Amino acid sequence: MILRRSLGLVLAVIFAAGTARSESIGDAEAGAEVFEQCSGCHQIGQGARDAIGPHLNGIFGRGAGAHEGYAYSASMRRAGVDGLVWDLTRLDAYIANPRALVSKTRMSFGGVKDPQERADLLAHLRRFSDNPSNIPEAAPTARGTDHSVAPEILALQGDPEYGEYLGSECVSCHQADGSASGIPSITQWPEDDFVVAMHAYKAKLRTHPLMQMMAGRLSNEEIAALAAYFGALE
Amino acid sequence: MTLNRRTFMGAGVAAAAALSAPAVLADGHGKPRVVVIGGGAGGATVARYIAKDSKGAIDVTLIEPSRSYFTCFFSNLYIAGFTELEDIAHTYGTLAAKYGINVVHDWAVDVDRAGKSVTLAGGAQLGYDKLILSPGIDFVEDAVPGWSVAAQNAMPHAYKAGSQSELLKAQVMAMPEGGTFALVAPPNPYRCPPGPYERVSMVAHVLKQINPTAKILVIDPKDKFSKQGLFEDGWQSHYTGMIERIGPDFGGTNVSVNPEEMTVDIDGMVEKVDVCNVIPAQKAGRIAGIAGVTDGNWVPVNAADLSSKVDPDVHVLGDAAAQGDMPKSGFAANSQAKVCAMAVRGALTGSRVFPAKFTNTCWSLIDTDDGVKVGATYEATSEKIAKVDGFISQTGEDAATRKATYEESIGWYAGITADMFG
Repeated sequence: MILRRSLGLVLAVIFAAGTARSESIGDAEAGAEVFEQCSGCHQIGQGARDAIGPHLNGIFGRGAGAHEGYAYSASMRRAGVDGLVWDLTRLDAYIANPRALVSKTRMSFGGVKDPQERADLLAHLRRFSDNPSNIPEAAPTARGTDHSVAPEILALQGDPEYGEYLGSECVSCHQADGSASGIPSITQWPEDDFVVAMHAYKAKLRTHPLMQMMAGRLSNEEIAALAAYFGALE
Repeated sequence: MTLNRRTFMGAGVAAAAALSAPAVLADGHGKPRVVVIGGGAGGATVARYIAKDSKGAIDVTLIEPSRSYFTCFFSNLYIAGFTELEDIAHTYGTLAAKYGINVVHDWAVDVDRAGKSVTLAGGAQLGYDKLILSPGIDFVEDAVPGWSVAAQNAMPHAYKAGSQSELLKAQVMAMPEGGTFALVAPPNPYRCPPGPYERVSMVAHVLKQINPTAKILVIDPKDKFSKQGLFEDGWQSHYTGMIERIGPDFGGTNVSVNPEEMTVDIDGMVEKVDVCNVIPAQKAGRIAGIAGVTDGNWVPVNAADLSSKVDPDVHVLGDAAAQGDMPKSGFAANSQAKVCAMAVRGALTGSRVFPAKFTNTCWSLIDTDDGVKVGATYEATSEKIAKVDGFISQTGEDAATRKATYEESIGWYAGITADMFG
């Protein structure tokens, strides 16, 4: 509990100052390691682009759901309209328990419970918001690629109508409205990320036995069809 | 063929003709009509998918007597206090309001397959082009001598969720100190193969806290049961010495009960018990027999579209169907419903028909944060729904894996109930 109190104190100080530097939040180097559990979906650093989640350059001070070009959940967009802005306190609360702050977020993540880990992670993120014109090169771990898929497989154009039928199996567990509780959201992923993930299950490089079984019987065309359907599902 | 304007137009006319042709199936009464009997995992799902995907081109009527439907899945968790009864209750308002389904709360009492109509207890007659039965289970009479539906208050089955679940829970809570809870398990095949053993686990969870010297007696006509290694391992570690199972070797096949005396006779040995949960042998819900599509206790169906072997315009989903390798589970009924919906739409409106694919996964809870699962994929062959691949949780998994499996089951509950009820 000492940790929690010290973080609270740090937060209070930062709030008073308003322009905290990353070093006053936590250990950014340790935070870079914590970020590895985020990097499957979020990119950060030079050249970061939106992937399964939005890129996180300049996240401090950004309005919730406000980054153009990324398809946020309705719940996140509503939070932004209601005035949620990502400052240190709000980010800390969101990372601690995402659904407590934004109930139907598509971010399939249980949260970081340890206040010190969160402080370190936030210090890491803060570095990429300090000065957008001077964002450092991302660490090699910043981009999540767990499997390589042949370009001709990635290039397949999926049949969304077939994907809708095949996807009716997926939505027995993964909710069609994109909300996630205990089971990840699979809507509005970039098609390439979806295809890579499914092939990683099929090749048994990702470990979940149920998903290995589901992906195991899907053809390349069927995976492309699912990616096309869920990628566009509002 | 070179595509020019003329041939393109011609093809268009031909396509339009092909599309309108299935309307003939509607027998000159306008839109094709689908009547679904039973609003559970099979019936609610098939009604929703046909209505949603046909976008108003098919009239869908759903007949379900209950205004409030309690899912059987998670009803064992209610008995243990992991969920509330209202959390497993669902209504049909969204299916009516958002999907335009004609929801009728009544009993179907007759089916005229020659005249293609269904009669309701209230007297109404509904014509259909396709009839889909998803009636769940009824109990085989005299399966457990001494027990009948008339005795279900003294000895609840709690195998259709709702008031029976409440009753069983109340009886467990009121057991005398050191008392005996007996569960009479059903023979195969029956609804939810791991269900009786999850029930035992959840009752043990309650008793361990409020009545730790109580005993649980499981009387089982089967040699082995679903997830047996996982359950027995969990019982050993969580509920040491509390649960005794009497299998067929020791008289598990020769059981009768006396609800007035609260006794169970196991192969001549009479036991006085405090709570007796009788889960009798099962058969397809009654309307299937009335419709004349059963063979023995269940309804043989074709795997590709779940149509009855004796009537191509009657489809049967879920527990009532004898389809092959899938277990009788809510997940299986929901999976079959989506294949059936696609096939029925194809037949009635000419929409695209894809290969049938089925899945099942059954999660069970053994104790707090100790979840296990079993699952498989299936395909349609000319003979049956045939298993393709499968997996099961392992004994000795770490606590984090078991907790994640339990949390996954909560996610699944939210997913499948949204898929059923909109």
